[in-house]
Amino acid sequence: MLKLTGTTNITLNINGEKRPVTVRPSETLLGILRGKLGLTGAKPGCLNGDCGACTVMIDGKPMKSCLMLGVEAPGKKIQTVEGLNGTPIQRSFIEHFAFQCGYCTPGFIMNCQSLIDTNPNAPDEIIEEWLKSNICRCTGYEEIEKAIKSVLRDK
Amino acid sequence: MTNIGKSVIRKEAEDKVTGRAKYTADYSSVGMLFGKTVISKHGHARINNIDVSEAEKVPGVRAIVAGERFPLTGEEIRDRPPIAVDKIRYHGEVTAIVVADSPSIAKKAATLIHVDYVPLPVVNSPREAVKKSAPLVHENVALYEKDEGVNPIPESNIANHTKIRKGNIKKGWDQSEVTVENNFSFPPSDHIAMETRSAIAEIKPNGDIHIKTSSQAPFMVKELLSAYFNIEVGKIIVDTPLVGGGYGGKASVQLEILAYLASKAVGGRVVKMMNEREEDLISSPCHMGLDATVKIGCTKEGILKAAELTYLVDSGAYSDKAIHLSRACAVDCTGPYRIDHIWCDSYAVYTNHPYPAPYRGFSHAEVHFVFERAMDILARKLRMDPLELRRKNAILPGDTSPTQVVLNRSTVGDVPQCIEKVKELSRWNEGQIIEVDKRYVRAKGIACVWKNSTIPPESSSGVVITFNEDGTLNLISGVVEIGTGTKTVLAQMVAEYFRMDTNDVYVRMNVDTQATPEHWKTVASRGTLMAGRAALAAAEDAINQIKDIASRVLKVRPDDLEVGNRRIFLREEPNRGLDFKEVVYGYTYPEGNAIGGQIIGRGNYILRNVTHLDPETGKGNPGPEWAVGAQVVEVEFDRRDYTYRILKAISVLDIGKVLNYKGALGQVTGAMCMGLGFGGRESFIFDQQGRVLNPQLRTYRPVQFGEQPEYIVEFVETPHIDAPFGARGAGEQGLLGMPAALGNSLSVAAGVELFHLPLIPESIWAEKEGRE
Repeated sequence: MLKLTGTTNITLNINGEKRPVTVRPSETLLGILRGKLGLTGAKPGCLNGDCGACTVMIDGKPMKSCLMLGVEAPGKKIQTVEGLNGTPIQRSFIEHFAFQCGYCTPGFIMNCQSLIDTNPNAPDEIIEEWLKSNICRCTGYEEIEKAIKSVLRDK
Repeated sequence: MTNIGKSVIRKEAEDKVTGRAKYTADYSSVGMLFGKTVISKHGHARINNIDVSEAEKVPGVRAIVAGERFPLTGEEIRDRPPIAVDKIRYHGEVTAIVVADSPSIAKKAATLIHVDYVPLPVVNSPREAVKKSAPLVHENVALYEKDEGVNPIPESNIANHTKIRKGNIKKGWDQSEVTVENNFSFPPSDHIAMETRSAIAEIKPNGDIHIKTSSQAPFMVKELLSAYFNIEVGKIIVDTPLVGGGYGGKASVQLEILAYLASKAVGGRVVKMMNEREEDLISSPCHMGLDATVKIGCTKEGILKAAELTYLVDSGAYSDKAIHLSRACAVDCTGPYRIDHIWCDSYAVYTNHPYPAPYRGFSHAEVHFVFERAMDILARKLRMDPLELRRKNAILPGDTSPTQVVLNRSTVGDVPQCIEKVKELSRWNEGQIIEVDKRYVRAKGIACVWKNSTIPPESSSGVVITFNEDGTLNLISGVVEIGTGTKTVLAQMVAEYFRMDTNDVYVRMNVDTQATPEHWKTVASRGTLMAGRAALAAAEDAINQIKDIASRVLKVRPDDLEVGNRRIFLREEPNRGLDFKEVVYGYTYPEGNAIGGQIIGRGNYILRNVTHLDPETGKGNPGPEWAVGAQVVEVEFDRRDYTYRILKAISVLDIGKVLNYKGALGQVTGAMCMGLGFGGRESFIFDQQGRVLNPQLRTYRPVQFGEQPEYIVEFVETPHIDAPFGARGAGEQGLLGMPAALGNSLSVAAGVELFHLPLIPESIWAEKEGRE
């Protein structure tokens, strides 16, 4: 039984590592990743689920980490952008100039990676449906579209 | 040229795809405190009382700043208390700051601060603000400290008035056989940088103030904090890491002031402040609204003769950058056309709205919307093709700008060529409107654009180049990497000058005002010109030093030497020379004695021949050059429910020499996307009390993935002679004509003239049906 006042100790499975952490029950996963574990790749953009900059993967599915409490996360596999290195989608984002300021990029990449993993043959409508959950203010989305499609279509 | 024009990948690319790129709020330290603002819930109200007693009792609260009278702030008029006293003038104005051990404690305490307000009558638009009966936003505007040449009108809401008087307006109207006159308007909106503003402040025991901030203007943070609080300027050290989007919004200095006051309240301890999205939208500076009256006249043949323009810039509650913004409205008050007789009156007008920061394009997209819409209305009255009307009047070398600058081929791009190309690319000749079926039509709209910068004449930029022992070099510039890739472009320029690989140029990304030469502000699409010229000057300085050492070693004249591939060699005998690594850390003779030392190249640049504007006529040279362009938007419009899809957005821009092709393309399409959002959808929705009803991204929606049109972009490359490699500004130009071209296409599609942004189906329907 989880204690719901004060603080509580939980262990999170992040990027394959077990990370014990003391949290308040109301703390979001985003707040814990950034404030307690130094994983600042997930970005706060709205804390409201509207912008997608804080997207991570939970058991392989994209999740806005501002909408999930830390205490919901034990027992789940959490993957953050820090856990990705040299993947095709990261390379593709670079090659296609799919970012400028880079602030939305980790969220977009996690969402794209999850799409690649779970739906490698995604048609255009599905790609659009998935990526609508993230906002990029610098690009006109064309480069992001090319980046994800080149990974999905060139496999 | 081997480096220039190439799509060189930005230097910080790998950091950005791995989450390792650090922005201001990513930095934290043990013991850091957190500041949280309390913001007003009203548009205009007297503050009766602020009760902090409950908030103070929350364990972990270290200080509460409220009700204290600090020096007034503001760029050209000091009209803004950093934290409200006596009254609040806009919804979102900061009324208190809580400093606490954690963000959650600060937030909890902030909710326990009770402010007792007495609501006051609200000024809800610039049009209302200039009425005689309007309530005053500032009762004593004449008493404020202000810059020379800024003249608020006492007992009014007018903060400043800029005049353009070119030619003889009476003569212009006498020559005009066809005229149109219309009102246009749009409300304030926002930049929506994905990174909300954040700032971290610390005051050291010796009084040094360290500020880390997500800013486009770290050097202005230093200058303004010094001026506002009477602190020696060298004691303020500002550090700016990567910035998560600026678009002008982070060129204003606001949150830094609050972080400084918060740190001061806790004895100088480190305090971090970060806006939540709602605060970033309404509390920090926004994007200006505008109310405009445009009257233009031409001959029967469509030759423009006169323009009479009144611009009321919604300056919100505080004038900060609004005076400069309203001045920029006057400088390029028309589209890029030859017009001999122009009168423009541009006013910065106080309202009870959030106050504006610069916004990508600095008043140009705003002015272009109203002017280019008027051009289409004039074309319709003339029964002339709107593209043809623009072609006939396109500004040319030898013509004069509204501020009476005589243009030449270097200072203005090639407007006719842009129009010609956009005509082809948009298939203009197939017709401006095409009936798809009973329900749908496709329609095109065109707009021409131009932009100069209006930055102060004394703005300068500096670059330092240092060498590493292996002959590679480090480039240090005060340009902030806000996403534009300018620092990578600077590396390309320097590499080109040294004839070496761009990979051998390391770029310092962070700006530290104590260690980095000043770059005035990362704004106005002037990084490539100003920092570029400084970088080339630094490169030349370094090369001269290398030549000096090498000439002595090789016993030749310095001017017989050349550099390339990290070597210095004799022009005539390339095999005879020295590797950079033998020279750049000093040359050591075989006997062991050495000469020279680490090569440090330095360069700076200051804009040439830029002048203040004459207060009566506006005559003067506002900036170095005009980048120009022609843009078309094509929509598919549903005549049944007034919804539309943007099919294509086309830009032909004369940005001079393209320095990094894919980088430039991204700047342009990104700006186009932003412009379509501004024109089509984005605005603050105010209620009768001046409160913003949509201060979050769920109700204020920027363009999303999948909504983007097909982008078609072509460049014309008329060189700007003064600029490195002939480049012109490119960061803003893609945005400038989008709202206008969208408005023009939808006016054709719906068969009704549209005068107001944003162009949402409901407002098109209302215009068409004649309803309010």
